[in-house]
Amino acid sequence: MDRRTFIKSTGAAAAGAIAAPAVWSPARAQSRQETLLIVSESGPNNLDIHGVGTNVPGYEASWNCYDRLISHEMKTLENGVKYYDRDKFKPELAEDMSTGDMSVTFKLRKDATFQDGTPVTAKDVKWSLDRAVTVGGFPTFQMKAGSLEKPEQFVTVDDRTIRVDFIRKDRLTIPDLAVIVPCVVNSELVKKNATANDPWGLEYTKQNTAGSGAYRVAKWTPGTELIFERNDKWTCGPMPKVKRIIWRMVPSSGNRRALLERGDADISYDLPNKDFAELRSNGKLSIVSTPYSNGVQYLGMNVTKPPFDNPKVRQAVAYAIPYQKIMDAVLYGLANPMFGKPEGAPTEVKWPQPTSFVTDVAKAKQLMQEAGYANGFEVPLSFDLGFAVVNEPLCILVQESLAEIGIRTTINKIPGSNWRTELNKKEMPLYTNVFSGWLDYPEYFFFWCYHGSNSVFNTMSYKNPKMDELVEGARNAAATGDTPTYDKDVKGFVDLAFTDVPRIPLFQPYSNVAMQKNVSGYEYWFHRRLDYRALVKA
Amino acid sequence: MRSIVLKRLATAIPSLLGVIVVSFLLTRVLPGDTASYFAGPAATPEAIAEVRKQLGLDKGLPEQFARYAVDLVHGNLGNSLTTGQPVVTEIANRLPASGELTLLGLLIALSTAVPLGILAAVHEGSWIDHLCRVIVTTGVSLPVFFTGLLLVYIFYFQLGWSPAPLGRLDVFYTAPPQVTGFYLIDSLIARDFETFRAAFAQLILPAATLAIFSLAPLARITRGSMLAVMGSDIVRTARASGLTSKTVILTYGFRNAMLPVVTTLGMVFSFLLGANVLVEKVFAWPGIGSYAVEALIASDYAPVQGFVLAMAILYVALNLMIDLLYGVIDPRVRLEA
Repeated sequence: MDRRTFIKSTGAAAAGAIAAPAVWSPARAQSRQETLLIVSESGPNNLDIHGVGTNVPGYEASWNCYDRLISHEMKTLENGVKYYDRDKFKPELAEDMSTGDMSVTFKLRKDATFQDGTPVTAKDVKWSLDRAVTVGGFPTFQMKAGSLEKPEQFVTVDDRTIRVDFIRKDRLTIPDLAVIVPCVVNSELVKKNATANDPWGLEYTKQNTAGSGAYRVAKWTPGTELIFERNDKWTCGPMPKVKRIIWRMVPSSGNRRALLERGDADISYDLPNKDFAELRSNGKLSIVSTPYSNGVQYLGMNVTKPPFDNPKVRQAVAYAIPYQKIMDAVLYGLANPMFGKPEGAPTEVKWPQPTSFVTDVAKAKQLMQEAGYANGFEVPLSFDLGFAVVNEPLCILVQESLAEIGIRTTINKIPGSNWRTELNKKEMPLYTNVFSGWLDYPEYFFFWCYHGSNSVFNTMSYKNPKMDELVEGARNAAATGDTPTYDKDVKGFVDLAFTDVPRIPLFQPYSNVAMQKNVSGYEYWFHRRLDYRALVKA
Repeated sequence: MRSIVLKRLATAIPSLLGVIVVSFLLTRVLPGDTASYFAGPAATPEAIAEVRKQLGLDKGLPEQFARYAVDLVHGNLGNSLTTGQPVVTEIANRLPASGELTLLGLLIALSTAVPLGILAAVHEGSWIDHLCRVIVTTGVSLPVFFTGLLLVYIFYFQLGWSPAPLGRLDVFYTAPPQVTGFYLIDSLIARDFETFRAAFAQLILPAATLAIFSLAPLARITRGSMLAVMGSDIVRTARASGLTSKTVILTYGFRNAMLPVVTTLGMVFSFLLGANVLVEKVFAWPGIGSYAVEALIASDYAPVQGFVLAMAILYVALNLMIDLLYGVIDPRVRLEA
């Protein structure tokens, strides 16, 4: 080799080495175009929502890999975002739904098959619904929310017809059949893989998707990545556009943003609000922000113990919160304010809606004096470290303001794994938390959060017979279609919640999604996870 | 030689048993309730009790420990609740990822730190000594996540030279067939050079981050122990005998200065393997450190216990190797034993 050829060859090699990451073989470029790369902080621990302790990312896998009897239609909001229509259902596995007085009957599609080729029958549907109400834990609890409690309620009429009997009239029964939990599982396949200890085959479906859905999980490396392949034989809706979805876990939010800005990742939905606000203003990506349906972040107070057993003290706190500062400095405007309703504006029949509280320190001080706490008191203020990006600055702002009316707080940070234990104990005197219900009905929210049956979400241990009467009144009125009574009761419980203020609504958070400009078709769902079936990559 | 190995292994057994008991007890006294975490956000007290029963957490501590010990004897470390996988497979998959990264990082650190340390000691007080001091101080005072993010910002975000920090391989490559679990080696075995290049490109930044951090102790120790040796009688004698300065420094000086360097190396290695969580987080690296930390956050007992146990075994093995290496480097150690 002479000097000249040596220089040439090393030069070429060096050029190749430098350009390496950007050069793709043609096959890879092709697959890059048909593949969507999603990056998020954490991934599923279980692919089956019926499993023990399936986490929220696991819901996304279930939603896209399984079908339900019915689903929701989409409507378009004023800002052009597709949003699920709470009141309009569309058939998914069912082709027909007929609602009787005390039952609903579904006729299954003729052409629907599971991913292994076996047809979907009424037997599979019954087995799946039985499974959901029997396995215990979250799925069973969610089914109960729609009065779906016993296997006897699900009756196979013939091979393609299934009837669901009501045990009581409940407006939430049909919507509850369209949430993630009542998914239809390939019963023969799962039974084959079940054991005596595990009759419902939960171990098998934890690792494998056994549904009829539009996607299947092709490869799962827990904690690292999840690869979905499209099911080309899917018949329950229009064929999805994206062939392959790769979902990678990228723990650092800074890197998720860098990946988006460099154009390497297509979608991410869990960045800090500050990043979303900045990405929106620099305009390189499309950002969609949608308020959480039926969700509110609030400041809660334990009403069973002094000083918060005194409504005057609770009102004083409500007048001392720096609402606007929280909106600007913590949320960067990415939330709906839940305060400052103009004086005299009527209460509406909807939830969430703003309170009439505003920041008014003088009034707060006066209320403290009337309550006999002119010198204030000391109290810990707790928050969930799992959501520290919002909770920590929020609590610091609240701490500063409460100090002005003599309430001296110490901030108590609770690790995510411990937060639910603490909520369950119902001992924290003052804390911030967020709750949002899958089923978007005011009485559903109030039943969980304000009713005297004292569920986990009634974190304040608030009990008021008047409140219970109104909430139950609204539930019954909804079941029988008595609109005037329903409206009166909903307004009644909202007013009562705002005068008694066991919890102070702060804001309705936004669910934010950042996408490349060539990605479209995002749909907002009550579960706030992505629906891959509608996504398009140009 | 064999008796030394066996004797050393026998002394390790009590400490391993201790680690098993302590890691079990420690995970139980951690704050946080596994059952209410995994029962989900919408759990009722009954639902939580049900999950607790399913996980076997309603039993007494002695019974839980007995079950754990029996499983352990069968080579079963239990299941992780956060990832849903058996802990043994997870550790087996993740250990090579951490190992490959740590070894490469250490290699870079070693090949920079040792020459730097020797030069600094030989030319004490010169510019190279000052350079060594500056590099060492910077390396120690920059937190790893900061160095990592800085490197990503410069080489990926600004310059675009480095591939996306997405773990061990770019999304569109498939991992080579597993032989050792080290992608660099496995891809060479499979003669898949494109994958080799891709895996190597992913490794450069995290390995450099680790190297910058671990450079400091290695360079300091090399310099310090070289200084001591260079001032000793043997070196003076060697010099007086008219040997070349290369022979004096490398053969007589460095060989005698190597013992503390090897000890530090062993410590740095075992420390990095478990503790480079931050580097793993920044580079989305599917390593063992981030696995343990995630499990800890979720009060997921099995992986934490498995991790502690794996680390203990590794530590014992590493110490054994270092002890044997002592004998190779310095015959006096062998004779004393």
